[in-house]
Amino acid sequence: MTAGPVAPGVPTAPAIDLEGVTYAWVRGRTVLDIPRFTVARGERVFLKGPSGSGKSTLLGLVGGVLRPAAGRVAILGQDLGGLSGAKRDAFRAAHVGFVFQMFNLVPYLSVLENVVLPARFSAERRAKAGDLHEEARRLLAALGLGTDLVARGVTQLSIGQQQRVAAARALLGRPELLIADEPTSALDWDARESFLQLVMRECASAGTTLLFVSHDVSLSGLFDRSVALAEINRAAATPAGDAGQTRSAA
Amino acid sequence: MSELLRLAFASLWNRRGTAALTVFAIAVSVALLLGVQKVRTEARESFAATISGTDLIVGARSGPLNLLLYSVFRVGDATANVSYSVYERVARHPDVAWAIPISLGDSHRGFRVMGTSEAYFEHYRFGRKRQLEFQAGKPFHDLYDAVVGADVAAALNYRVGDEIVIAHGIGNVSFAKHDDKPFTIVGVLARTGTPVDRTVHVSLEAIEAIHLDWGSGMQAPKGARVTAEEARAADLTPKTITAFLVGMESKATVFMMQRALNEYRQEPLLAIIPGVALQQLWELVGVADRALMIIAAFVVLAGLLGMLTAILTSLNERRREMAILRSVGARPGHVFTLLVLESGLLALLGVLVGTALTYGGLAALQPWLEHRFGVFMEIGALGGYDLGILGAVVGTGLLIGAVPAWRAYRNSLADGLTIRV
Repeated sequence: MTAGPVAPGVPTAPAIDLEGVTYAWVRGRTVLDIPRFTVARGERVFLKGPSGSGKSTLLGLVGGVLRPAAGRVAILGQDLGGLSGAKRDAFRAAHVGFVFQMFNLVPYLSVLENVVLPARFSAERRAKAGDLHEEARRLLAALGLGTDLVARGVTQLSIGQQQRVAAARALLGRPELLIADEPTSALDWDARESFLQLVMRECASAGTTLLFVSHDVSLSGLFDRSVALAEINRAAATPAGDAGQTRSAA
Repeated sequence: MSELLRLAFASLWNRRGTAALTVFAIAVSVALLLGVQKVRTEARESFAATISGTDLIVGARSGPLNLLLYSVFRVGDATANVSYSVYERVARHPDVAWAIPISLGDSHRGFRVMGTSEAYFEHYRFGRKRQLEFQAGKPFHDLYDAVVGADVAAALNYRVGDEIVIAHGIGNVSFAKHDDKPFTIVGVLARTGTPVDRTVHVSLEAIEAIHLDWGSGMQAPKGARVTAEEARAADLTPKTITAFLVGMESKATVFMMQRALNEYRQEPLLAIIPGVALQQLWELVGVADRALMIIAAFVVLAGLLGMLTAILTSLNERRREMAILRSVGARPGHVFTLLVLESGLLALLGVLVGTALTYGGLAALQPWLEHRFGVFMEIGALGGYDLGILGAVVGTGLLIGAVPAWRAYRNSLADGLTIRV
């Protein structure tokens, strides 16, 4: 189910490198204008931004789902602008894992089937995972989920457990980059920190770069670096910055 | 592809309540379509099997369909008769293997009475060259013997030994009765599924005997009547008959004999080949069954449109699911394929369940259909045409599935990884 050979990353290049990137949902109302934003390999970065500040748009650009109006988005040294839509999808599937705020899981698949999903769409992730089910079980255990949950339907899990399953899935097959978009905002305080620590430990052992996006600055101390979106985004000062969240569903 | 198929199946299983309803709607419509097709084929075969083995039907000159209808289907009336001497000449012809005379015009409680000869029981064939068989009794032998068809016996509860009275004319209720010359039932024919079942058979001579003292539609006044016993002594050779069936020694001579009869100078005759006339008649009747087939096809389309509605309504609540799949690496094309596969699976399941319903229904209704209508529904494998129909249903399902698939494709392009709740 992969779209031909996936563009390999360049091992020495930064994990994320945005240069002169702008984006506008509606012409003339620029949401993002980022002169430069770089995340090094293996770095753990906390990206702070209130909702409506263009976070989702930035993640869309980094994930290769959106194309910038101008500028260059390079992930792992690969310029996404040079790839077709299908190639960008394949690149994302092979190199980037995602965890979202909530409802991360496919409701009709079991915990184990959810975790191994990335391997179904990416031969790279599959190859790197080794024995799929064994690796999935290892990740679930590493994230603090008992083996008794593995065969359960995901709807029976608590939100905290669901987020751990989502993290295990994002980390399956050791992607170079993990993007977490408010993954802890639905969890209570104690759970947040332990969840984050477990994810970070897994990232460290796999050499995965972590971009963690949240409006909750209390967690920023756990990261190598903390960046406010408003600092890197020149469009943030204008009210048009809200456009990314208020646009109507297409 | 197989991974997507698994996903599609799991997704349908997750919504198995609505999915089952959709499958059921398609299944019922498919069962209707297959049922109509089955009845159509059987009706056609049964129709074509009404008469077989007969090479020519000969009557007075009218139209081929008219002749076929009154001589074989006992529908309508002959406009003129054939002289008995013509029948005798044809029957004696060296190329002719057998000839069966038919004399119609009387009835018994709504069932037609047919005068014929013993050759009828020997040579008449229907279906796949099946001979008439007796459920009870034997062919008529005495002047006042009658042999009734299976429907007559069943409807009027007749048995061998019962006495019946023949009415003059063919009305359902007739006031002029040949009640001075009653008949005794000596035989009941086994069911054939043809008009033979609804016929009372007597000898040609019996038809003559009961009309000895009749003229211009009325019985002679009391003093001039002929009693049943007196009639036995009279000359009962008929002057005319309604029609006759001919079997040739060799198929090669059929056309020659047909031409000779049609060009016969002394009397206007019409000779038809039953198969050809049956085909013409079927083309007339076949319009109705084609209409039925078209209606059934539209019912299937309605079932598939129901599926379309069900999938389209589910799309909005599944946007999140699509975004999740996108975030783990599914391309918009995968989303499209996933939804087309779902439609295909629903249509396929509908077709399978529908086929099972058809066979189940057929097995359940078979005895009743045979008993009630004399139609034997053979339970066989699906024919090429049936498989074509089923394939077309699944194909249409896939095609219709492209509509929600396209919507989901567009959604997933627009939504990207944004998860909308």
